[in-house]
Amino acid sequence: MPNSKQTLVVVGNGMVGHRFLELMVEKGGCDRWNLITFCEEPRVAYDRVNLSQYYVDKTAADLTLVEPGFYQDNDIQIYIGDQVIEIDREQQVVRSANGAEVAYDRLVLATGSYPFVPPIKGNDATGTFVYRTIEDLEAIKAYGEQSRVGVVVGGGLLGLECANALKSLGLETHVVEFAPRLMPVQIDEAGGAILKEKIEALGVQVHTSKVTTNIVSENGKLVSMQFADETSLQTDMIVFSAGIRPRDELARTCGLQIGKHGGIVINESCQTSDPTIYAIGECALYQGRIFGLVAPGYHMAAVASDCLLDVAAAQQFTGADMSTKLKLLGVDVASFGDNFAKTPGAKELVITDTVAGTYKKLVVNAEGSLLLGGILIGDASAYGTLLPLVQNQITLSANPLSLLVPTSGVTNSLSVENLPDTAQICSCNNVSKGQLCEAIREDSLTDMPTLKKCTKAGTGCGGCVPLVKDLLTSELKKAGVEVKNHLCEHFSYSRQELYHLLRVGQIKSFDTLLATYGTGYGCEICKPTVASMLASAWNDHVLNTPHIGLQDTNDAFLANIQKDGTYSVIPRIPGGEITPEKLIVLGQVAQEFDLYTKITGAQRVDLFGARVDQLPLIWRRLVDAGFESGHAYGKALRTVKSCVGSTWCRFGVQDSTSLAIELELRYRGLRSPHKLKSAVSGCTRECAEAQGKDFGIIATENGWNLYVCGNGGMKPQHAVLLAADIDKATLIKYLDRFLVFYIRTADKLERTSTWFNKLEGGLDYLKQVVIEDSLGIADELEAQMQYHVDTYQCEWKATIETPEKVQRFRHFVNADDADPSLAYVQERGQKRPATEAERVVLNQSQALVTPPQY
Amino acid sequence: MVQSLSTTSVNTDTTGWVTICTLDAIAPNTGVNALLGTEQVAIFRIGETDEVYATGNFDPFSQAFVMSRGIVGDRQGVLKVASPIYKQNFNLKTGECMDDATICLPIYPARVVDTQVQVSISCRYDDRMIKPIR
Ligand code: SRM
Ligand SMILES: Cc1cc2nc3c(=O)[nH]c(=O)nc-3n(C[C@H](O)[C@H](O)[C@H](O)COP(=O)(O)OP(=O)(O)OC[C@H]3O[C@@H](n4cnc5c(N)ncnc54)[C@H](O)[C@@H]3O)c2cc1C
Ligand code: SF4
Ligand code: FES
Repeated sequence: MPNSKQTLVVVGNGMVGHRFLELMVEKGGCDRWNLITFCEEPRVAYDRVNLSQYYVDKTAADLTLVEPGFYQDNDIQIYIGDQVIEIDREQQVVRSANGAEVAYDRLVLATGSYPFVPPIKGNDATGTFVYRTIEDLEAIKAYGEQSRVGVVVGGGLLGLECANALKSLGLETHVVEFAPRLMPVQIDEAGGAILKEKIEALGVQVHTSKVTTNIVSENGKLVSMQFADETSLQTDMIVFSAGIRPRDELARTCGLQIGKHGGIVINESCQTSDPTIYAIGECALYQGRIFGLVAPGYHMAAVASDCLLDVAAAQQFTGADMSTKLKLLGVDVASFGDNFAKTPGAKELVITDTVAGTYKKLVVNAEGSLLLGGILIGDASAYGTLLPLVQNQITLSANPLSLLVPTSGVTNSLSVENLPDTAQICSCNNVSKGQLCEAIREDSLTDMPTLKKCTKAGTGCGGCVPLVKDLLTSELKKAGVEVKNHLCEHFSYSRQELYHLLRVGQIKSFDTLLATYGTGYGCEICKPTVASMLASAWNDHVLNTPHIGLQDTNDAFLANIQKDGTYSVIPRIPGGEITPEKLIVLGQVAQEFDLYTKITGAQRVDLFGARVDQLPLIWRRLVDAGFESGHAYGKALRTVKSCVGSTWCRFGVQDSTSLAIELELRYRGLRSPHKLKSAVSGCTRECAEAQGKDFGIIATENGWNLYVCGNGGMKPQHAVLLAADIDKATLIKYLDRFLVFYIRTADKLERTSTWFNKLEGGLDYLKQVVIEDSLGIADELEAQMQYHVDTYQCEWKATIETPEKVQRFRHFVNADDADPSLAYVQERGQKRPATEAERVVLNQSQALVTPPQY
Repeated sequence: MVQSLSTTSVNTDTTGWVTICTLDAIAPNTGVNALLGTEQVAIFRIGETDEVYATGNFDPFSQAFVMSRGIVGDRQGVLKVASPIYKQNFNLKTGECMDDATICLPIYPARVVDTQVQVSISCRYDDRMIKPIR
């Protein structure tokens, strides 16, 4: 009954506007409201908090906050790239720049804020920028490429983040701050001094107490800025990051109540002075305050959606905690609660370590029994445990100093278990301990990724992740769930443990491993897993007698089984490069054995419908023509895709094809916990899609960039940059280490992407192990790979040369007949398995004869 | 079921036992497929012993004749074979599907006599078998 629905228009599709819509959908609001939203930017909502990642490893698509199909599936009408220019409160209509006119019953303003540009002469010169949208970042990048020096005006949170970005673009970077210290809002003087020192040590020059008076351009190009103290600074570009101002222009012109310094005035229900209009996010002003963080905005979204859906115990917005933790240019900074000790009687407790470069301040009440707030610089690891103490007013059990310096015996070591259920664990998403526990219990969650997905906790700044993880572990322990990853009922060990035991004990067969560490006979889970471990450790032929019974049918017949019990054949075509002669052989073999032929998604040719008895015959032909097994059947290296690269392509900067072939030949046959895929692209255009691979390489002017742990398939994941601009020898060294490290430590059937997501310490840790050799095992890893390379043999060649092995490729052990049940029909000029219905017809007409013999 | 075979000559003795192959034609812990008359029979060997089991080779889930290519093992001590296509488990001694009580493979008595593997086709236990669609 669409007519009975009322219309709700949301102006602004930023972080908060989108969250609001998500909540409306989640709470069943689509039954009551026609939802319509205006999105001024050329793309739907994205993660502005992580905007700077756009310069590191995220694309606009990675940053999106919108689940695919969200707007379509929920019937939400979205006007992308269209700005609302007028609110007509009389007629309850909004009008847009593109001429849309939409009547509303209720209106939500989520217009965010804009960067404040100080009124300095020349502030609109070419070469001046702000830092708010993806377009801003693109413009800065483009201009930065032709610049040498960049200045950020503003030394607050955002300014420092922006300085980091300029530095990453390779610019000589300066920060100019009006106040006498950096981050004046969050940090006191002593802390500011330490922060400045740290930041200057990183090569960013900091100028405090500087009032810019003039921005000078010559020939339409920015050249310098002048300060009130008559000094000046030469620069090619300036980015203003001097605070934000609420975007209240629409509200202002339609007569809503506006704060003295801007901002749309709201009440506890997020209603503006017109009760049919709500305001949420950075445009809203509550009790004279603007909240320039995403968490309060999300809270407002929750409040407004409650009100609009008449939720019984609707939440209220009564202000927000402005605590922050961030990593600025690699320096941890956190500021929380009453950071400046403004509470009457409050006392400060400061530890400054000039050697380590850390500053830690705690603010406690007069009695020293409650933590009120604090500042942490250089090491903010305590933030996660301190914040809940403040928020939940937990009585300190010992000297507050022990919070910073654990003294033996009595400590305040806050364990999550002691927190009340109401304690807020994730402030970005307002998730309490109680909600997390409930999710863990009710939905039987046992891993972090799912818990994060279900509760959203930890998906904002990430600061609460350690706490969430502790909570998960303690809840599981309480529930008696032992978080074990035993291989199966036959081995009370994980794959990683077994791999270790097998290598250390020089165990070379499943039976020995089972006798030593397992029970029973084994099964279809442990057998192939152990077979793969044996192969990657000792590289013995998979069809040798002790191993044959362990193999999955694909490995057992060195081909991929299909739905009708026949197999497909995929010879290796290294790098996707093939001579016409070889291509012709493939065609001839396909013709001769009547095989369905298809180009695969990984640059090679697949021949389908081969009967088990035909496999050795087909491979005889292929091996004679110089082909090798393509291992499409194994949990092993599949292909290293290539693009044509510099040999032919006008953009290529390196010979990607040669490298792809070399890598494919180096790692061919390598058995691993799951399949391994790779690609090499000749330039950043990335035609080989290297960033979607387990390991991918992209050519640069100076060498190669190595990406790892990407994935296509079910859950595509962008690979991460492990090393940049390295030469080929280094690349191979790192790859050897990376691959063997993965093989040793991954769980069964765990692709590199999932392995990486679970890797404690993430990319930093991986870099330490692979590049810095922090575990001291690099030589060993390289040697293991070299052993693999030296002992490689083509499994198919070895098989057809051994009569006992060929013997197994018969359909019947006691007859030469082929499988009589196979039936095919023609489609697009090739055969395909007959469907059930087609079989009936074929049967009746007796047309089905035993397939031809070879 | 399509069976357009020239019936193979089988060595049947008077008791209905058919000799299929020598024991060492079956690698330890693997299966082979035998043609008996017009039927396909999967024969599995446990370890390096002469303990052998025979079931139908037809996989009722994938509708393909592939059971002999499954992995042999046990679940809680019960000997079983896993279909190589969709991995359902079947009790080697009873033919019952351990993942779906409505499905059952036919089973055949099997034994080793003087290193010869024999199967008796005369008493195929398939009264519990749910007929495959095909
Ligand atoms: C033949 C092929 C499709 C085609 O016609 O192009 C194919 C076919 C199969 N894929 Fe694939 N995949 C093929 C390319 C891909 C690609 C594209 C690529 O490699 O560039 C992907 C996405 C990239 C990736 O893996 O990151 C792909 C992602 C998958 C996945 C999902 C993996 C994941 O991590 O999400 C599976 C399922 C699995 O492995 O668990 C899968 C599994 C399979 C299996 C093995 C399913 C099965 O058990 O029967 C299919 C049988 C292969 C066969 O019979 O030969 N296939 N598959 C492609 C063979 C490529 C080759 O030359 O080796
Ligand atoms: C670089 C950067 C880093 C940040 N880091 C953090 C951080 O670490 N932690 C944190 O909590 N916060 C951080 N923030 C702040 C955070 O991004 C904001 O608090 C959050 O985006 C506010 O959400 P919003 O929806 O209110 O505003 P926005 O996300 O700005 O969305 C408002 C949207 O409304 C659109 N709009 C405005 N007027 C109209 C109109 N008339 N018609 C149609 N559309 C309109 C705008 O174009 C915009 O897309 C950061 C911000 C930036 C820029
Ligand atoms: S990736 Fe670059 S070098 Fe390779 S084909 Fe594409 S454009 Fe050419
Ligand atoms: S507190 Fe920021 S993600 Fe949880």
